[in-house]
Amino acid sequence: MAERIIPDPNPNPETEVFWEATKGGRFMLRYCGDCGKTHWYPRAICPHCFSDSSEWRRASGRGKIYTYSVMRRAAVPYAIAYVTLEEGPRMITNLVDCVLDELAVGQDVELVFKQSEGGYAVPMFKPAG
Amino acid sequence: MSTKGMAYIVGAYEHPTRKATDKSIAQLHAEVAKGALADAGLTKDDVDGYFCASDAPGHGPLNMIDYMNLNVRHVDATNTGGSSHMIHVAHAAQAIASGKCSVALITLAGRPRSQGQEKGAIPRADNPLQPDFQWENPYGITTLNIYAMVAMRHMYEFGTTSEQLAWVKVACSHHAQHNPNAMLRDVVTVEDVVNSPMVSDPLHRMDCCVISDGGGALIVTNREIARSLKRPMVKLIGAGEAPKGQTAGAVDLSYSGAAWSGPRAFAEAGVTQADIKYASIYDSFTITVLMQLEDLGFCAKGDGGKFVSDGNLISGVGKLPINTDGGGLCNNHPMNRGGMTKVIEAVRQLRGEAHSAVQVPNCDIALAHGTGGGLGTRHASATLILERE
Ligand SMILES: [Zn+2]
Repeated sequence: MAERIIPDPNPNPETEVFWEATKGGRFMLRYCGDCGKTHWYPRAICPHCFSDSSEWRRASGRGKIYTYSVMRRAAVPYAIAYVTLEEGPRMITNLVDCVLDELAVGQDVELVFKQSEGGYAVPMFKPAG
Repeated sequence: MSTKGMAYIVGAYEHPTRKATDKSIAQLHAEVAKGALADAGLTKDDVDGYFCASDAPGHGPLNMIDYMNLNVRHVDATNTGGSSHMIHVAHAAQAIASGKCSVALITLAGRPRSQGQEKGAIPRADNPLQPDFQWENPYGITTLNIYAMVAMRHMYEFGTTSEQLAWVKVACSHHAQHNPNAMLRDVVTVEDVVNSPMVSDPLHRMDCCVISDGGGALIVTNREIARSLKRPMVKLIGAGEAPKGQTAGAVDLSYSGAAWSGPRAFAEAGVTQADIKYASIYDSFTITVLMQLEDLGFCAKGDGGKFVSDGNLISGVGKLPINTDGGGLCNNHPMNRGGMTKVIEAVRQLRGEAHSAVQVPNCDIALAHGTGGGLGTRHASATLILERE
């Protein structure tokens, strides 16, 4: 079956660091230097306490499916999902390298990168194991 | 300060078109404005406040004010998608209560169908400058799969079934058979819905609203002017609005912003769920209705599936008649924004002007509730409670 074409993320000055890191195979989360919390999606100003001091740390790449849906009407059907990262936040992503009809809420998943049209490495997840 | 009882909806008009190939968007706005003013018994020159959202083409309200040649002293272009025009009613009441205007015109119009948007499964044309865009666009996010993920989670957490969701569509179809303007007038069964093609698990095609051209308008005014008109008095007694987002990653899809906007509106109105004779509940998808009914307190969280089943939402059959015009699921969803038509049908019910087959007897208090944006990402909930005086 044809592969789905993945649109580019359109990075901006606030997020270039993240997308440079994914090209090197690293999936980074931002941690606040003041309140210590992480968040998703990554922002320069902490969305918990408005601190402007934060650092990037590499995430484990492990998570669980919080919810998902298989888009049946697309030219190439695909699964969109919220995955709960081991570090806490839930992110929108795709579930790939899997049998679409065998996905389940609560399933363990792990990080995999897929190339977008313009060559960005987009973080996605596949069944763990 | 509460605005309870300080504003009245005296004009309400729904455009009869469902596909407007021969009209411009601005023209549709003007046509619904004309219709609502005629309904109220007012004229263009009486309007001194104008409210619109981003479906009005131009720089906020400026281009439509100029097109319609209005002379206003108050403007508001609050844009929260499909709930915009419900929030406009609340904001109009605030402006009227504080003397900033006395006759507020609210318009909605658009022609997505004529412009080729026949299906909802295409990725949304979001602005790449939106801060969330780059974290969602690569994943093929659409309005449809955002709502589908909420339904999937609801099924997982609460055991909700496709058959239960289908009852929402069944109820709307029972009402739509009496609406000559409705796009889908055939009565459908639970089996019809669950046997319709799966579009985005667990939502079937019949779990989704229609895509239609059209629009609607409302006239909101003060008590003095309302009393001078010959129309039934429909008073705003409670309003609540609440944006809900992804809370920095602590996403919880088990509830919507209605859990906040609803209590605010009920508290202001001083009424309870048991007092509501009719409810217009935003029905972009069947799951939207179920979620909002729970969050508004018509049933306990997780019991929405049971609550909507067995015709409980059908006028004359169940305990809580909803969307007696056929709703977004069967009647129309002009410009992909259903809040306006929710208010219009609530006004019809309170006036006793709904179709006789669906009119709720002694309908003295009604609720209209909407969700604008994405139920599973970021949205704004708006609740209005209206009373016949
Ligand atoms: Zn912080």
